Amino acid sequence: MYRWLDLRMDISGVWRATFLHPVPIDVNWWYVLGSATLTAFIVQVVTGVALAFAYVPSTEHAYSSLDFITRQAFLGSVVRGLHFWGATAMVVLILAHMSRVFLFGSFKFPREVSWLTGSLLLLLVLAMAFTGQLLRWDQDSFWGIVVLAEQFGKTPIIGGVLAQLTIAGQQVGGATLTRFFATHVFLIPAGIFLLIGVHLYLVVHRGISDPPQPDSVVVPNVELERYERVLATRGVPFFPDVAWRDFAASAALVLAVLLLSVAVGPPAMRTEANPTIVNTNPRPDWYFLSYFALLSLIPPEVENWVILGVPIAIGVFLFAVPLVANRGQRHWSKRPWAVAAVGVGLLAGAVLTVAGDRAPWAPNIDAVQHGALPPSVTAGLDTQQSAGATLFVRRGCWACHTVQGTGGLAGPDLTFVGDRLTSDQLTTRVLNGGRNMPAFASTLTPREVDELVAFLRTLKTKR
Amino acid sequence: MNSSRRQFLTWLSVGLAGLITAAIGVPILGYLLGPLLRPVENEWRVAGKVADWRLGDTKLVKIENPASLPWAGTTAESAAWVRRTGDASFLTFSVHCTHLGCPVNWLDDAQLFLCPCHGGAYYQDGTVAAGPPPRPLFNLPWRINGENIELRTIVLPTENEPQ
Repeated sequence: MYRWLDLRMDISGVWRATFLHPVPIDVNWWYVLGSATLTAFIVQVVTGVALAFAYVPSTEHAYSSLDFITRQAFLGSVVRGLHFWGATAMVVLILAHMSRVFLFGSFKFPREVSWLTGSLLLLLVLAMAFTGQLLRWDQDSFWGIVVLAEQFGKTPIIGGVLAQLTIAGQQVGGATLTRFFATHVFLIPAGIFLLIGVHLYLVVHRGISDPPQPDSVVVPNVELERYERVLATRGVPFFPDVAWRDFAASAALVLAVLLLSVAVGPPAMRTEANPTIVNTNPRPDWYFLSYFALLSLIPPEVENWVILGVPIAIGVFLFAVPLVANRGQRHWSKRPWAVAAVGVGLLAGAVLTVAGDRAPWAPNIDAVQHGALPPSVTAGLDTQQSAGATLFVRRGCWACHTVQGTGGLAGPDLTFVGDRLTSDQLTTRVLNGGRNMPAFASTLTPREVDELVAFLRTLKTKR
Repeated sequence: MNSSRRQFLTWLSVGLAGLITAAIGVPILGYLLGPLLRPVENEWRVAGKVADWRLGDTKLVKIENPASLPWAGTTAESAAWVRRTGDASFLTFSVHCTHLGCPVNWLDDAQLFLCPCHGGAYYQDGTVAAGPPPRPLFNLPWRINGENIELRTIVLPTENEPQ
């Protein structure tokens, strides 16, 4: 039977060319990141198809169908969890894989096109992460789409057209969700399949780069011959000599994703998308928290330049790297700028992600609407000071200012402001505002200002 | 086969492939551009009764979206802030922060609009009080019609003033 098929399909020939092709024997654990990314993608395809069996891509029913999947469908929560944690894994792994390839100098001749297709894959994976979050159709999704449209709207000349194409109209509505659904499940995956095909063809055709030694140098004229010599002296069949590590890493990955989806589960169902509920606190998923933070921390004057410029700069960098630096030193110890670029990039990403999660610039609206100052702050106040404490919360001061670890983080911590500022200074500040503080002269009566200042003066180290 | 005939057949094949691509591609591209071509009548919509606002009140109103699709669900409506400033005068604001479009929330006691995303703040008249917004809140066209106040819906992106 096998013989019959093999004679017609040349299975053994294909097997020899792909799985048994020789690779350098010193390929190590650092080389499993790419195959693990592929495994994560397969997990995404399988779980995504499963979710599409029940998800209804209509603005009227998307949220309730997802709620059904999460709460009622048999194993629905696990499948949703697998898709969410698989996405997280895929983003982490593709970044790790790229860092490895960059630091090992594996993108140099003759593997420039592998790097370029990989860069496009990164772009598509991030687009998947973004569009996937939108299909949840909660308030984060809705306002995420609005923010996306607004950013596209800032593009010179074609901004308006681009934004309205994105949301399929003049408002985010019935036509918007289907557009993102089709993009997420058909359009982008088709691109990913195509690019993975090219990427893997190149891996087989040009071979896996050997781990660099401190004296490894790429000279394009002789590189192909050098690699042939490496394979002749140190070559082993990819399967199973080297591939077992890939299977081990992928198994560990899938088990970790499964564990997370059972133990932690998918993201909680929050409020359904609704343009008329403005009392909300929209946040992107973790993938884009760094960008969210960046947009808050840069000066507003340069913002339009950053919105357009940062993606373009990253794109130009990724595409220029293999064209400009396709020869020369491979080992990281000889490429300090490469190490610095990866280090600074990862550090900046991590710092901005943490900042985006804390969002200290955002007012704590919830506190002033529903919260109360801790008793240690309000204890022992006289009538005037107590009235001031109420005003401090009700008039919104607390939304931006911290007192004893409560309230907002946007403005200075006022826990000990009574030590720093006199009554006159406080009054001036409240009435006129400051660098980034509203003026309250028109909101507060003179009596209220006195009450507020009297309260603020009680905020001292020793009372 | 001679080479000029071969060359002709090569170009013929390339041309036919292009024809196939165009025959399918042009209608699909047009279909995807459809939302831009769809005529939208941004009509006056009732936001509420004038008498429901006392002087100085700022309230969130819901207005029906133009051209909303039958399955729009909650997105069939948009919101706007309406503030009464006089007998027959109102200030109307888009809920979208002028920074990046997040929804601003009115804090009545503080007399401020606050944006939850990047900390934009606006005074009661819509001018910027703090944070990154580059300009005041967008105003929406409004009119009083009988006992009602009527608005036109905000259009995204907000750089396009509603017509």
